[in-house]
Amino acid sequence: MSGKTLYDKLWDDHVVRQEEDGTALIYIDRQLLHEVTSPQAFEGLRLAHRKPWRVEANLATCDHNVPTTELKGGVDTIEDPVSRIQVQTLGMNTKEFGITEFGMGDPRQGIVHVVGPEEGMTLPGTTLVCGDSHTATHGALGALAHGIGTSEVEHVLATQCLIQKKMKNMLVKVDGQLKPGVTPKDVILAIIGKIGTAGGTGYAMEFGGQVFRDMSIEGRMTVCNMAIEGGARVGLVGVDEKTIEYVKGRPYAPKGELWDQAVEAWKELRSDDDAVFDKVIEIDGSEIQPQVSWGTSPEMVLDVDGIIPDPDQESDPVKATSIRNALKYMGLEAGTAIKDIPVEYVFIGSCTNSRIEDLRAAANVLKGKKISDKVELAIAVPGSGLVKQQAEAEGLDKIFVEAGFEWRNPGCSMCLAMNADRLPSGKHCASTSNRNFEGRQGAGGRTHLVSPEMAAAAAVAGHFVDVRDYL
Amino acid sequence: MDKFVKMTAIVAPMDRANVDTDAIIPKQFLKSIKRTGFGPNLFDEWRYEDVGQPDADNSKRPLRKDFVLNQPRYQGAKILLARENFGCGSSREHAPWALKDYGFDVIIAPSFADIFFNNSFKNGILPIILDEKVVDELFNETFANEGYQLTIDLAEQKIIKPNGDAIEFDVDSFRKHCLLNGLDDIGLTLQHSEEIKAYEENRKATKPWLYAN
Ligand code: SF4
Repeated sequence: MSGKTLYDKLWDDHVVRQEEDGTALIYIDRQLLHEVTSPQAFEGLRLAHRKPWRVEANLATCDHNVPTTELKGGVDTIEDPVSRIQVQTLGMNTKEFGITEFGMGDPRQGIVHVVGPEEGMTLPGTTLVCGDSHTATHGALGALAHGIGTSEVEHVLATQCLIQKKMKNMLVKVDGQLKPGVTPKDVILAIIGKIGTAGGTGYAMEFGGQVFRDMSIEGRMTVCNMAIEGGARVGLVGVDEKTIEYVKGRPYAPKGELWDQAVEAWKELRSDDDAVFDKVIEIDGSEIQPQVSWGTSPEMVLDVDGIIPDPDQESDPVKATSIRNALKYMGLEAGTAIKDIPVEYVFIGSCTNSRIEDLRAAANVLKGKKISDKVELAIAVPGSGLVKQQAEAEGLDKIFVEAGFEWRNPGCSMCLAMNADRLPSGKHCASTSNRNFEGRQGAGGRTHLVSPEMAAAAAVAGHFVDVRDYL
Repeated sequence: MDKFVKMTAIVAPMDRANVDTDAIIPKQFLKSIKRTGFGPNLFDEWRYEDVGQPDADNSKRPLRKDFVLNQPRYQGAKILLARENFGCGSSREHAPWALKDYGFDVIIAPSFADIFFNNSFKNGILPIILDEKVVDELFNETFANEGYQLTIDLAEQKIIKPNGDAIEFDVDSFRKHCLLNGLDDIGLTLQHSEEIKAYEENRKATKPWLYAN
């Protein structure tokens, strides 16, 4: 018999009940909650007179709607009434059901996918869900983590289980060594550019190979975060010493004897050498260049010295139409060099790239420089209150501000513009977020996905540039 | 949840690939804390000339005449015909809520995004995957015939065309059972409470660190 993949191991360990048709009842160890996808779940519980199965398995924070500018009066003074109601509702619901919430003003508040790992709520070997498609982020720690819908949030609250079918196994293997200036974000964008936005649909996507072994845990989070942009609900990296080192000492991580016991078990959490994957993609890490997305889907991405494609040269009519629509929306012409695209807004933040390493990397580029006067607004939004504190302790906030950035409070911010941070129509934005769909950062806004380093360099130049010329 | 019964309805063709959930229901409408009322903002950016706001009176907003759902011939449609990778993007369940609230009970496409596919079933919408060629044919027939209707028979797993031809489709047996009987997932799962408790006890014993907090 061949060995098991990491996904196989995690799955097998969580099956409560297997049905003949392949569906299974899967036990969920942890659930993270935020204000957008939880109200209707709590409403459902209340309507059916149900209680949470295991209150301590849940942790809540507000992120999507919170203002990132200073708000003296707290939640009740959020200007947008609908945002305010959602944030208030989360507070009321968590109180009513006894669930811990890191609310606005709590230094531990932040983007749910930054908060979970930071608090040690995300542990290797667990199943973790959240009503948000970027939950795959947590797979960086060897947890089986994926996004769910609101009905499922309610289902997990009420039963601590989910009804699921096992996915297939996919391995994305990136060997070799990354060139200087090439980041985890470039790696995942290059992968999506290669496999397409549906390339991983139906698969749990494990990232293996030298590049991921060398990568920091935060880098692995950036990669797993965008597994969903490659179609996969689950992104995974096997556990190694770095994983264990990362988890150690975090508030919700096990301590003392339990810690030793846990570490012993976690060491098994990687795919066996003879494990068989249903699909394997191999990429040479040394060939990956800094990436910039030019279109309205994350697969529409190119090396920084690339040229925007011509729909007339595309033989597949569906693809040609997609390119045409994207060019029209983005206000770009075929044949334009990526480096000639103007950058008017810069957003450094989101659950993809708002951790301390991301902020350090961007600050490293910005140090002693000023952003171009063509840039109308550049904001840096830390992923959590604790990230913000750490960055300030290191003086990064000063570097951002001196360069001309606004230094904000934690939240999802301009990643999806549910709060007041919106990209105006027609403006090009160098963004470290994960989605460049039409209207994602604001109606009519034109998103270009890049790494924090590339966003910082673009801010300085006023158009896209190869960050390696700035290091 | 209402039981899914055999139905005959007008088909609306959504002739675009990769329709994402941001397009199905733009994010400014996600802020509601209710499960209903999203229908008027379904495909909001494509459907209206202006930018939609949650508190606007949608009946007074200027419509984009050429958008499929605004054309008189597709009024009352309950079946949405779509292209590949329908429902990609964020996991928002507001997307199926909006489709359902608008009146769609069935979506036919060559492929769906995973999360959307699951969320549809949970909200009483039947997503049907058909071969790309078959979907192409349905598009052609829908465009060619005003008032084109299909009959969806879930029990028999058949789509019946106006000329009587039947197209068979696959559906997960459990999902089918739930849709036909209007069963709520939580109730079904809680029938296995004892098994969940037994699993949990075992987990506490073998992985105690997960229960330390
Ligand atoms: S930062 Fe963006 S992608 Fe991440 S959870 Fe928030 S809105 Fe979603």
